[in-house]
Amino acid sequence: MDIVKDLLKGDRKALARAISMVDNEDLQSKEIIKEIFPYTGKAFIIGITGPPGSGKSSLINRLVYVMRKEDLKIGIIAVDPTSPFTGGSILGDRIRMQEHNSDKNVFIRSMSTRGSLGGISNATRGVVHLLDAFGKDIVIIETVGVGQSEVDIAKNADTTILVLTPLSGDSVQVLKAGIMEIPDIVVINKADLPGAGISQTDINIMLDFKNKRTWRPPVVQTITLNDVGTQKLWEEIKKHRRFLEKDDYLAKLRAERHQKDVLLFMENIIKTKIWNTIMGTAMFEEMITKINNKEIDPLSAAQEILNSIDLTNHE
Amino acid sequence: MIEKKIRVLAAKVGLDGHDRGIKVIAQALKDAGMEVIYTGIRQTPEQIVEIAIQEDVDVIGISILSGAHLQLLPLVTELLRKEGANDILVVAGGVIPQEDIALLKECGIKEVFTSGTLTGDLIKFIKENIIKRE
Repeated sequence: MDIVKDLLKGDRKALARAISMVDNEDLQSKEIIKEIFPYTGKAFIIGITGPPGSGKSSLINRLVYVMRKEDLKIGIIAVDPTSPFTGGSILGDRIRMQEHNSDKNVFIRSMSTRGSLGGISNATRGVVHLLDAFGKDIVIIETVGVGQSEVDIAKNADTTILVLTPLSGDSVQVLKAGIMEIPDIVVINKADLPGAGISQTDINIMLDFKNKRTWRPPVVQTITLNDVGTQKLWEEIKKHRRFLEKDDYLAKLRAERHQKDVLLFMENIIKTKIWNTIMGTAMFEEMITKINNKEIDPLSAAQEILNSIDLTNHE
Repeated sequence: MIEKKIRVLAAKVGLDGHDRGIKVIAQALKDAGMEVIYTGIRQTPEQIVEIAIQEDVDVIGISILSGAHLQLLPLVTELLRKEGANDILVVAGGVIPQEDIALLKECGIKEVFTSGTLTGDLIKFIKENIIKRE
């Protein structure tokens, strides 16, 4: 495909268009991913997550400066929410990164979640592949502002960074399941605000309590406005990367990711097949009527329908 | 395949810090189901074109209230042409005298929306005028 050839040659317009195709689940996107996949696997993927307004975009802005000093080529995927009411979105992350707009080695793409609830969009993985094949050394994924349970980023990034602000919760909040369990590095941003020390202690106590692990996430204080802590954070990211690469953790991590990818794709393919096979059929409508009349329960109905259709056909 | 979303770059060009208008527009377009990328204030024409390319937008809407529209807006359309990205629809809005509108249109600005425009008219214009790319 021409678009793939252009992308691999470093044409950023081809990259931008390919991202749109993947984002739109365009018919050609499958072919694009198929052709570029052999060229992927070189980029290191960093995930940045945290509540709205904690400073994720501003922190990325600072980090990019530090990374660019080492002449690394950088791709950024910045995800913001899609309105569940209108389908529209305001993608405002790159406002905080506008100093890099004229740097040809930094490619920033804003994406909306388009219905996905895990903090990133369904197309994110594909877009990471595109940026990777394009030749980016580092791909940064910024999630939407998250609450407690949007943990999809951890399945997609090699290093996951959680950005918090001082006193955003007491010592009980940090014990809870979900978001507090996924970071490889914790950042307390806006550390010039009162309470940064208390938050750091609370988080450290929680992290020390978990002894059955090989990597102990460091807690880094940053003040993005004054560019404090960025270098330290970058050193910690590199330390984590070395840790991953040392005992082949990274390879294992990525193998796990591929396994999950395949399972998820199979799930989606089968879901679509079921959808296409039964929606609107008389048998399906009858079954719904039966459920309405309490003649059958939904689970038994689902089993009966599945037993009666053939899912081996190819669309 | 997902229904293709219209992607819009809401841009502020030059030394102009007035962003209330563009924020109202951004919100109206969001409510119309579009994906709106906002550049933030004080962007150069080069930055706007680079963002438009990276974001693969269908439309650029430039807000300008500084009076420098005759200098800055043609630079944007010229750069787009140079990059081969002149299939992007470019519209402008803000404080722009009636007598300048024809000049701007000659430079490739598809339409100019001055104060008093209804957001519904802008949305309708965008939907009718974007080039369907496939």
